[in-house]
Amino acid sequence: MKLKVLYFAALSERLGTRGEDLDVPPAVTTVAGLRTLLMGRGGAWESALAQGKALRVAVNQEIALPATPVKSGDEVAFFPPVTGG
Amino acid sequence: MPVRIQTQDFDAGAEIAALRRNRPEVGAIASFIGVCRDANDGTAVTKMTLEHYPGMTERALENIVAEAKSRWNVMEVLVVHRVGELKPIDQIVLVVVTGAHRGEAFSACEFIMDYLKTRAPFWKKEETPQGTRWVEARSSDDEAAQRWSPPKADVA
Repeated sequence: MKLKVLYFAALSERLGTRGEDLDVPPAVTTVAGLRTLLMGRGGAWESALAQGKALRVAVNQEIALPATPVKSGDEVAFFPPVTGG
Repeated sequence: MPVRIQTQDFDAGAEIAALRRNRPEVGAIASFIGVCRDANDGTAVTKMTLEHYPGMTERALENIVAEAKSRWNVMEVLVVHRVGELKPIDQIVLVVVTGAHRGEAFSACEFIMDYLKTRAPFWKKEETPQGTRWVEARSSDDEAAQRWSPPKADVA
């Protein structure tokens, strides 16, 4: 399953990337599953995406929850709580 | 377009004039302008950079405007938000709401800012004498947004 994954602001700096095209195994079906997969890379990925970190996720540009499903072709974004205005 | 993201500055007077041109039914105009301060959390700020999520930002702001229009009897809404590098004194955000009477225009304007602060994907990075830092989200902003009853989409 192919996903476009984006990272923003402090999170993208910590991870050293703004995004990537990912081919994920079919076992990954939700936002939570994708987060666990990315944490499995270890290092900054494991610490920056750890549970308990203030993190927001959007699927196809709509705010999502851990249980939100992801499917092939989706755009998934991880980012810190917003600070505009 | 009721929502604009741009790097360049804006002229609030010109924006308001355009919004109410040939609209004799408008009796009230409420506006808010957020500007860049020279200090935050006790530290001097010399410059800030505003990052956003292109596409989602516009969509989030359009949803907030639609939600405000469904809650209050207002006419036109304009939101202009700048991104990129800003310095103290620079303008950051403009919200303008027109309506027949002030009460609904004030409420809609405040609601839009409270929701923008907690739902629109913008992030501020500050330059200080001690180096650069990302601004942390404030719990007071969450509390301000929670004063308004949740939209139907959040309740479901």
